[in-house]
Amino acid sequence: MKFIITFFTVLLLTASALYAENYPSGKAILDAIDRNMTSENRIIVSKMVIHGRRGTRTIRSKTWSEGETEAFTEYLSPAREKGIKMLKSGDMLWTYSPNTDRTIRISGHMLRQSVMGSDLSYEDMMEDPELSRHYKAAVTGKETIDGRPCWIVELTATTPAIAYQSRKLWTDRERNVPLKQELFAKSGKLLKRLELKDVAQIEGRWFPKRMIFKDMLKKGKGTEFIIENIRFDQEIPRHIFSKAALRK
Amino acid sequence: MKNAMLLFSIKGLLRDRSRSLFPILMVSAGAFLCVCLHSSMKGTVTDMVDSAARFDTGHVKIMTRVYNELADQMPNDLALMGVGNLLEKLKRKHPDMIWTPRIKFGGLLDIPDENGLTRTQGPVFGIGVDMSARHSPDTKILNLEKALVRGRMPGHKTEILISDSFARKLDLKIGETATLLGSTMYGATTTYNFKVAGTVRFGMTPLDRSTMIADIDDVRMALDMADSAGEIMGYTNDMLYDDKRMTGIADAFNRDFADPDDEFEPVMQSLGEQGMMRDLLRLVNVMVAIVVSIFVFAMSVVLWNAGLMNGIRRYGEIGVRLAMGESKGGLYRSMIVESVCIGIAGSALGTAAGLAVSYWLQQNGIDFSSMMQKSAILRSSVWRAQVTSVSYYIGFLPGVFASVIGTMFAGIGIYRRQTSQLFRELEV
Repeated sequence: MKFIITFFTVLLLTASALYAENYPSGKAILDAIDRNMTSENRIIVSKMVIHGRRGTRTIRSKTWSEGETEAFTEYLSPAREKGIKMLKSGDMLWTYSPNTDRTIRISGHMLRQSVMGSDLSYEDMMEDPELSRHYKAAVTGKETIDGRPCWIVELTATTPAIAYQSRKLWTDRERNVPLKQELFAKSGKLLKRLELKDVAQIEGRWFPKRMIFKDMLKKGKGTEFIIENIRFDQEIPRHIFSKAALRK
Repeated sequence: MKNAMLLFSIKGLLRDRSRSLFPILMVSAGAFLCVCLHSSMKGTVTDMVDSAARFDTGHVKIMTRVYNELADQMPNDLALMGVGNLLEKLKRKHPDMIWTPRIKFGGLLDIPDENGLTRTQGPVFGIGVDMSARHSPDTKILNLEKALVRGRMPGHKTEILISDSFARKLDLKIGETATLLGSTMYGATTTYNFKVAGTVRFGMTPLDRSTMIADIDDVRMALDMADSAGEIMGYTNDMLYDDKRMTGIADAFNRDFADPDDEFEPVMQSLGEQGMMRDLLRLVNVMVAIVVSIFVFAMSVVLWNAGLMNGIRRYGEIGVRLAMGESKGGLYRSMIVESVCIGIAGSALGTAAGLAVSYWLQQNGIDFSSMMQKSAILRSSVWRAQVTSVSYYIGFLPGVFASVIGTMFAGIGIYRRQTSQLFRELEV
């Protein structure tokens, strides 16, 4: 009997050791993702291709962002949306429309509304979290996505004021880019699915040039977010992140 | 001879108040309650149907199939397109009906300060209706002019009406700008400046909370919905809902436009087919019939009993009259004539009083809005009765018949009285 207990204890310890050896810690993976993906600031020219139930629309925009808290977006086309600007500062969001010459603060339930009919909400726009600051992580498996070996990482929020209580990431083992993400509500319901494609090396980082967002509560084929140009760590004048910049 | 008996009975009733006043009051009270109960329940049901039809369901309503599935969410991205053509077809095919497009939408109403920044804001429920002409059908259907509290009806482009309590909450004055922040038909964020022309109160809590009413052309501009509408409402010219006819029109329309492969095909539904309204109406009508029947039956029993009591109370008088040689048949007939007189007088009085109160309730109603602050049901918070042809006899007939039948049963005792024992009974 003693022999059997000793045998199974040794087996368990060996399996744990092997597991620990094969699967890196969740925190190490999140740190690696943050090191690769986040920057002091960035300027992005992008287009959003929204595949709705009645057809496809393309909206181009330019965004200046700094850290997690500041972002300024100006819509470039089509004509109806051209000149609309959005400013995120801290946990506040304003929008400016040249048609009405009004600067309006977006708050409350409006933050959960879709941005320009896409699968992204204002909350999604406002959130670009450093994962390691807001989530604790555990590696639960490995899988291959688009021919790239990935770790499957499950994240649980550690800060309460976050849009998604938990996330599941399939992150590229070498490039530290999450190639697929599933975002869940507190209830465990899957709210959004995000796929990151066309990963290329830009200014020494691996970065996706195309992202596909799918709001799982909406019918439709999702929204493609295509990066036409991205520059990291630029000189961005401070006045860009002010309300005065909205009316300029 | 008959006239003389009738005159004699009436004189007797008038002179002996114990024989007339109390029985007439009893019959009046019964008839009054029957009329009031019937009229108020009828008013409740009619108001429920009418409010739903005017603001939500129409007598028939056309939407796209997918819009219909999510109608509660006001999904304008799934709205009807090519509405002009469709309206032309409908007006040609059903010239005896009123057809009017509407757009329901949600958003944020933002009030600017002097610098154009947000002074105050609140979530708004909007309805785009045809207000292009002063006498447009929707202005009448929604009773907009009657609902006006402050200001005037919109007469120019971008002018809107806003619910009075919402305007007070936002501290919004007549003539001020209010910016709608909403979503276009294609989901894009949109802002649009409106000007407040007036404030309204409908007496329906869900509408009086935070509603704005704008001309549908302005709403189309704001929400990028050219030649589109969320819903097309159809009403009969006399505004009376006929379930069978409306269901027939809806079925014929759906046969013409049926295309199972097109999720945006227009579908028409009658009022009865929307939100289980037909089942609800059936249930309410059955409930009303049961409650009124029970009440009428109970009142009949009370009045019958009053007739019986009256007969028993006059035991001595009947004995004297028999002893004086009045025939049993003559006595029985005179008592029935008396009860007919009492029944008619009491029922007429009760019905008249019931009709007067019901008419007053129909015209003025009782305002329960303070008790319905959180109500989500689209019905008037002013409770009104409705006088129908039934109101004229629902109390009158049971009033007359129950008191007469009661007397007839009580009067049978006259025939059991033995003339030989009358003097002994009277001595007692």
